[in-house]
Amino acid sequence: MTAPMMRVAAAIAAVGAVVTFGAALAQDRTADEIAKYREALQDGNPAELYEARGEEMWKAPRGPNKVAFTACDLGQGPGVVKGAYVQLPRYFPDANRVQDLESRLVWCMVHQQGYTEAEATKQPFGNGSKRSDLEALVAYVVGQSRGMPMNVSLDRPQMKDMYALGEKMFFFRGGTHDFACSTCHGDDGKRIRLQDLPNLTTRHGAQKAYTTWPAYRVSQGELRTFEWRLNDCFRQQRFPELAYDSDAAIALTTYLAYNANGAAYDGPGIKR
Amino acid sequence: MPDPMKIRANHSGDTTEVKVLMNHEMETGQRKDSQGKVIPAWFIQTVTATCNGKTVLSAQWGPAVAKNPFLSFKFKGGAKGDKVQIAWVDNRGEKRMDEATIA
Repeated sequence: MTAPMMRVAAAIAAVGAVVTFGAALAQDRTADEIAKYREALQDGNPAELYEARGEEMWKAPRGPNKVAFTACDLGQGPGVVKGAYVQLPRYFPDANRVQDLESRLVWCMVHQQGYTEAEATKQPFGNGSKRSDLEALVAYVVGQSRGMPMNVSLDRPQMKDMYALGEKMFFFRGGTHDFACSTCHGDDGKRIRLQDLPNLTTRHGAQKAYTTWPAYRVSQGELRTFEWRLNDCFRQQRFPELAYDSDAAIALTTYLAYNANGAAYDGPGIKR
Repeated sequence: MPDPMKIRANHSGDTTEVKVLMNHEMETGQRKDSQGKVIPAWFIQTVTATCNGKTVLSAQWGPAVAKNPFLSFKFKGGAKGDKVQIAWVDNRGEKRMDEATIA
């Protein structure tokens, strides 16, 4: 019934209990408990609720032009969502730009449905009663690629440039803390408090991380998109705010998505 | 009208396992917004599950249940093809009822 709540309590109790033990042992046991907690959550992932809402929105006529997303081409033809996410980001000639899923959705809202850019990106991330349409749409689209192998292509020169830019950004140190993405995500076995951090410079690490985002964050009660993940990493590094739908966000996404190639996509996931 | 639930019901052996995801804010009444004002409590109070017109589960919930709650339970006596109905009422009197077929 209230399994998630009880698991939280159990995890907290476990955390309290292990403080007195040796640090390494404590860390292992805590990680085990968190793994159990995650497993318990997997059964009833509220991301499904977002997928259902997103599917409805995908099919309904929207905006001043009354056009549905069924006219939106995610790279597999207008309205095709099956398997679209595992090949994103990609270069779109009509937009003359490399786009990730979220920028492509915004592009369709602006160029097909008739919203202004400001309207389309007004609420990229939900917050309490202010729900985000984009989060639900993302949940629906990514859910349609579940189980398919990541397959991002760098054949286009524009994609190669984006990848190179993303790689450069990943290792670029800056901000008040002189941080780079690689400061936390460039070695094995790093943590922020109790959260194990993936080493995104390895294929395995990138695959494990990329294929489980977007995800429902239990602690926030929201479905979080990949741009949200990057945005929050920037905040934690005390970098300037990462602009939504910016080339910077798309470049980092391209870098990580390509590094995750070959792994089966497993989202939308669920995180603590 | 509140958003729909997601219901899965599977029969195996002599028991039926039902898994329900509900769309609800489940606001505790303990939190404050950015202006410092208390956000009023808003949560599901009663949940009822019926199968073939018979109540198989009834529950009283409080504000300690998580947002977008997940409910899983088993009962005896269902059969494949039967309908399971889940209904909830929250403290504002809003209601939602959804139905699934046992597979």
